[in-house]
Amino acid sequence: MLEPLQDEFMRRALAEVTMIGVAAGMLGCWVILYRLSYAAESLAHSIFPGLVLAALAGLPLIVGGIPGILVAALAIAAASRIPGVSREVAIGVVVTTLFGLGVLLALSPDSPPGIQEILFGDILGPSDADLIAAVAMAAAVGGVLLLLHGRLLAGGFDPGAARSLGVSPGIVEAALLALLGVAIVVAVQGLGNLLVVAAFVGPAAAARRLTERIAPMICLAVAIAVLAGFAGLYLSYYAGTAGGASVALAIVALYLLSLPLGRLVSARQGKRAPAGATIA
Amino acid sequence: MRSEALIEASGLAVGYDGEAAISAVDFSLAPGERMALLGPNGGGKTTLLRALLGELRPLAGQLRVGARCATVPQTERSQLDYPVSALDVAAMGALSRLPWWRRPGRRERAVASEALHKVGLGDLAQETFGKLSGGQRQRVLIARSLVQDAQILLLDEPFSGLDRPSSEGLEALVDSLAAERRGVMIATHDLEQARRWDSVLCLNRTQVAAGPPEEVLDLAVLEATYGGAIVELPGSDSRAILPPHHH
Repeated sequence: MLEPLQDEFMRRALAEVTMIGVAAGMLGCWVILYRLSYAAESLAHSIFPGLVLAALAGLPLIVGGIPGILVAALAIAAASRIPGVSREVAIGVVVTTLFGLGVLLALSPDSPPGIQEILFGDILGPSDADLIAAVAMAAAVGGVLLLLHGRLLAGGFDPGAARSLGVSPGIVEAALLALLGVAIVVAVQGLGNLLVVAAFVGPAAAARRLTERIAPMICLAVAIAVLAGFAGLYLSYYAGTAGGASVALAIVALYLLSLPLGRLVSARQGKRAPAGATIA
Repeated sequence: MRSEALIEASGLAVGYDGEAAISAVDFSLAPGERMALLGPNGGGKTTLLRALLGELRPLAGQLRVGARCATVPQTERSQLDYPVSALDVAAMGALSRLPWWRRPGRRERAVASEALHKVGLGDLAQETFGKLSGGQRQRVLIARSLVQDAQILLLDEPFSGLDRPSSEGLEALVDSLAAERRGVMIATHDLEQARRWDSVLCLNRTQVAAGPPEEVLDLAVLEATYGGAIVELPGSDSRAILPPHHH
């Protein structure tokens, strides 16, 4: 168990997945509750050309990721304004266009070797800057979510009545998407453009099956995300599999495990439901 | 108009993108008054409620809302699989008084617990909101508006889908809220219920009538309000409104 910890690269990788797990677990709960899984996947894919351009220019990926998200957001807003084009269609068209553009850039003969790693991540080789960015991102995501907790909870529960409670659902959702964008830009370095969304959806979806309260759901999602990160890295270490893909597979495995466990939890909760629960 | 009124509307028109969805609305709601809001689907009930909440600005006329207003929406619009307890939902009523970075704390949750006791759900405070019955969920949302310290409660078809005991329990709660001098406006399709309250406001894109039910609710007003959706019940003198899916 301790053998992988003797390698410097594994210790760094474990630190990276821990930070990503903490942020993705917390943020993922709101992604699930606000039904933003599609938006999360779209954000991840739409920053691809920005990441590729940054890599081609020899800059940190984050330098390309942030403008990439802004361009995507503006393009989606503009496409949504075309008469007869719904928001979903606009997102689909813009994201596919941007992702295709990124692939063209990444696979062009002039691209340096290894640039395709942006697609699948490089969880085993985080630099000092990557680790610092991950720590800062996790702290920022955790801090903002803590401050917004009450308003996030009310805005997601009943957006129609939120305004009368002093909560602006639009602002709350925009803040959530902004946090998601920042977190994805940082996490994509480790888990890759194609796999990063797994960390923001899988652990929270698994946690949702195991509890009916938000605070335990957030704690469980973080635990599941970090556990999946460790399990994926150990699998990668011993089986020689790709790091990012192994983490994504571990997340899927834990989600599948949550299905029967969730049924067990529901059955136990059903047994201790109060007698008045179904009486008006 | 009564000077002590909680709500006063005069020549009010409200709508979307500059186009009026309701117009010529004149009414007032006094403390302790239970007002039924009658009208077909699409007749402007929800538009009026949104105007009272300050979500829509008047296109014409005047609207004065002189006290804190809270909405009790249909609970089907809430996410019923949301991971919150009845107490969590009731405590959301405190948010409007808290700065944006604060969540309801111990004090606010104590107030929420008291409000749940008041609506008869003290024992179910820790139950998941989505697992409660329709009537209980309405009560939780009323408790939330009590935590908001609202003097005006706007209930959007709270009785739809409730069985008779739940409906009677909720109606008794409405009566007790009015007894505390809160103004209660209830969008409903139930004419018999509306007759038991203090006043009615009939809307069908414009105000058809407003006033005490015994003075206002005659056949001509009902036909103007509901049009073809009014049917004569065979073998009786009663009339009924066809449910919305028949429209």
